[in-house]
Amino acid sequence: MDDLLLSVKNLNVVLNDHLVLDDLSFDLKKGDSLAIIGPNGAGKSVLLRALLGFLPFEGKVNWKKGIKIGYVPQRLSVDKDMPLTTYEFFSLKEGNREKILNSLSSVGFDVKNDSSNFIKHVFTNRLGALSGGELQRVLIAWALIDSPSVLLFDEPTSGVDISSEETIYHLLHSLQEKHRLTMVLISHELQVVYKYASTVMCLNKEKVCFGPPLEVLDRETLQTLYGKDVGFYKHSHTQKL
Amino acid sequence: MTASFLFLIIVGIFVAIAASYLGSFMVLRRMSLVGDALSHVALPGMAIAISLNVSPILGALVFLLIAAIIIWYIGETSEVYPETLVGILFTSSLALGILLTKEPDLLEALFGNIEKIGYVEGIAAILLSIFAVITTYLISKGLTIAIISEEMAKSAGYKIKWINLIYLLLVSLIVALGVKFVGTLLTGALVIIPPASAKNISNGIKGYVVLSAFFALVSSLTGILIARILAIETGPAVVLVSVAIFLLTYLYNRIRP
Repeated sequence: MDDLLLSVKNLNVVLNDHLVLDDLSFDLKKGDSLAIIGPNGAGKSVLLRALLGFLPFEGKVNWKKGIKIGYVPQRLSVDKDMPLTTYEFFSLKEGNREKILNSLSSVGFDVKNDSSNFIKHVFTNRLGALSGGELQRVLIAWALIDSPSVLLFDEPTSGVDISSEETIYHLLHSLQEKHRLTMVLISHELQVVYKYASTVMCLNKEKVCFGPPLEVLDRETLQTLYGKDVGFYKHSHTQKL
Repeated sequence: MTASFLFLIIVGIFVAIAASYLGSFMVLRRMSLVGDALSHVALPGMAIAISLNVSPILGALVFLLIAAIIIWYIGETSEVYPETLVGILFTSSLALGILLTKEPDLLEALFGNIEKIGYVEGIAAILLSIFAVITTYLISKGLTIAIISEEMAKSAGYKIKWINLIYLLLVSLIVALGVKFVGTLLTGALVIIPPASAKNISNGIKGYVVLSAFFALVSSLTGILIARILAIETGPAVVLVSVAIFLLTYLYNRIRP
């Protein structure tokens, strides 16, 4: 099966004598966008980090051979006084200036327009001087610049203002549509899951549900997952959890 | 100016530039005090080397390399960086070193004496400095990305674990050279102060690295000359010049618009 990018079998992660992930098994196919949802401490970030091989685990995590993985970590903060410009940050990965500008343009920066002061405020400015939303978009562009075939995303919009949030989701959507980019993303926002994910995994130490969001996300599952009444309805587009 | 004095200046400049280049990553990684504490480990190594009649730099180097591996191992295996443990390890080796070093050698070991560097040692120091700069340059991309996020560096394919080990081994090499130059107590300054000054006034990493090497050059050159003219110790003179540069850059950073 050429389309199988990742196969996870009986994954267990134990951290500080606590079982954080309990016997997870699932597959990821090309073009899938898998959203992982679950309460705080459910092991969502741990799962991503285990998939990337950052943590010791038991079981099998098999990526397709030679696959290139992009990773955008959660809430990265860059020291304000770190002497590294956005341009230099990209140069660490890509030498071609045009290519860098193109990839920044693809995450919504107005690179051509002089009045936006993009060059002065973003490109040749310190990475630490960017706002939360700008930094997040820069990190996405950085992860995408060498065309990975799968993107792992730990809460893409945490600590980001509303307008950047929309840009980011819009961007993710177009990446799926145009490039058939495979994605694994952790999200707190159920409406995002309905809108953008082809598959959802409810995680609370173990797999509570797995499948297309409209099929598997019912009130009962969400109650098991988050406990009590979550007060969420499928058609709500404003409410956040 | 005699030929041998000129040679000493050149040795000093090479060691200082290499120290500042490695130090520029150390400052960004917020490991400044590791470089400082690491230098204390050199002392017992030097004392044992002197009593065995071998080169003190060699003794210092052996102890420093072992210490670098210990720091690396602790850093890789524990979740939180155990600063306290590193502090205890290094101050205890300083205490041990002071007891082991015979009194006439103690002052030199603590504060260095560049005048005592012979031609063979000097040329070795220059070559090793060049080696350290080139090797650090080769791992500098991975080092820089790991400062932003170690996990992003790993996901981009860098073997961060090994890059960290290579880096720490190079730091111990440079500290061993610096110890002969400015002594165990002040080597930390050679590693930390020029990058700290450069950081005050640079926007990008290229400017930062180049400026810190430049400040290292100016401090060692001026310091050695001032020490010779005023007949004072070289190490403290070099360090104080670099502190003066730091103050100037700090003030410039405060007053510029």
